[in-house]
Amino acid sequence: MTDGEGERTRKILRALEADARRTPADLAALVGIGSDEAANIVAGLERRGVIRAYRTVVDWDRVSPDRVVAFIDVSVTPQRDVGFDQVAARIYRHPEVRSVHLVSGGHDLRVVVEGPTIREISAFVGEKLAPIDHVTATNTHFLLKAYKEEHSILVEEPADDDRLAVTP
Amino acid sequence: MRLARSVEAIPPSGIRKLFDVVAQMDDVVSLGVGEPDFGTAWRVREAAIYGLERGRTSYTGNSGLLELRQAVAAHLRRRHGLGYEPEGEILISVGVSEALDLAMRALLDPGDEVIVPQPCYVAYQPCVALAGGVPVAVGTTAAEGFVPSAEALRAAIGPRTRAILLNYPGNPTGAVPDEAALRAIAAVAAEHDLVVVSDEIYDRLSYDAPHVAFATLPGMRQRTLLLNGFSKTYGMTGWRVGYAAGPEPLIAAMTKIHQYTALCASRQAQEAAIEALRVPDRDVQAMVDDYDGRRRLFVGGLNRIGLPCHLPQGAFYAFPSIAQTGLSAEAFAERLLLEGRVAVVPGTAFGAGGEGHIRCSYATALPKLEEALDRMERFVQTLPGVVPTVATGVAG
Repeated sequence: MTDGEGERTRKILRALEADARRTPADLAALVGIGSDEAANIVAGLERRGVIRAYRTVVDWDRVSPDRVVAFIDVSVTPQRDVGFDQVAARIYRHPEVRSVHLVSGGHDLRVVVEGPTIREISAFVGEKLAPIDHVTATNTHFLLKAYKEEHSILVEEPADDDRLAVTP
Repeated sequence: MRLARSVEAIPPSGIRKLFDVVAQMDDVVSLGVGEPDFGTAWRVREAAIYGLERGRTSYTGNSGLLELRQAVAAHLRRRHGLGYEPEGEILISVGVSEALDLAMRALLDPGDEVIVPQPCYVAYQPCVALAGGVPVAVGTTAAEGFVPSAEALRAAIGPRTRAILLNYPGNPTGAVPDEAALRAIAAVAAEHDLVVVSDEIYDRLSYDAPHVAFATLPGMRQRTLLLNGFSKTYGMTGWRVGYAAGPEPLIAAMTKIHQYTALCASRQAQEAAIEALRVPDRDVQAMVDDYDGRRRLFVGGLNRIGLPCHLPQGAFYAFPSIAQTGLSAEAFAERLLLEGRVAVVPGTAFGAGGEGHIRCSYATALPKLEEALDRMERFVQTLPGVVPTVATGVAG
């Protein structure tokens, strides 16, 4: 890949990351190529697993205020040869787990879990997560209020365009 | 009440009338906006808030905060390799508009002439006239890339000519001259010992080639007044802060007027401007890339629907031709607004060479641009003489 192609690909990815619904024609205009070429680049990125999914940022508070999200700090004793990966795998395969990250600091894995009720999340932590071999401690933080999600501020309405309609 | 003849002689802005009509209408997609749709970065707004919290509400020195002048000097050195002394060669103004007014008043005696290539920003002619000068229009056309030839400039120069007023990248045409064209203008300026007032407010929005600051051309630094500001690059139009950089005697003369008329630019705006100059270039570049994409998409669309348009190389305006519709620019803009519900500015608002064109700002979100193109397409299909000229979606 030339530098130009690499920069073009990064521009397309940044644009799609900001708005997954941008069409091949939009993306093509953005980087100055034809629509078909843009569509091919995106298809290639999907095939290579660079683009993993297209999702929607939802403010669930506005439709299902009772839905529960928890951030769980997990301490793990790393294992010879596989480090944290095996424990992480046993956690991330659960469908209710939204994300799993290995982080620096006072604990090892930061896990985000969502569920319909606090009871179900508590059960998940107590029955599925904590008993995993080599997990030494969990510390669960329930989400109280989401201010911003994936670069979208949830607690303010998008600002109106307050520019005058015609200016020099 | 009797008003000054100099004021009464100035025609009302060609934009005002349109604005009044748009204000009465609903469901208009406006391509008439001459300012970015990117708001001021939060870090910049926060710097101003912090300044207020710290009680920084007093006047600043007439020339502006030294820290800001130093930041501007560093910025000009980094971006263009231009060296200006923060103390003596840089003045912080109430936007480029004030700096332009100060420059004209500092340079012109009654009856002195200023060459103004057109189409141009609406304030240039009145600014010259209000300073007692005489604006001399040099019309340009799409065929010459909206850049005046040396011959055309020479033909307009007389014994009273004092200055040339340039604006590249340009509003309303998006013109960016290549270096050869700039050198030709520089040669004329040197030949006739003219000051070049170079409004480079769109400097960061040059898409196809790096911006050439006029003062960097050989021999031009000592006769160029560089005007720039924060409005377009940092989405700060309402803050009203800009600067002039140039030879010390001219800056001193401008500062003399400024100290009696404006005293200083707003303190909060100056605090914000310091922070704006710390915004990483990658953030600015992301915005430039976004405009670039819209430019290609929108201009491609204009050509597709039968409004021939050169690919503008800078700023955020497309300046398509509407001559083949048989309508005047004003009639086209008015009918497009009333029948098609899209606001554009007739080219005639920008002076000589503007007839037969409309200015469309693409500083508007993509979905709105696409909606505007759909509406414009439906409108132009009702007009005789419109044939799509380019089959593909991307021009240039």
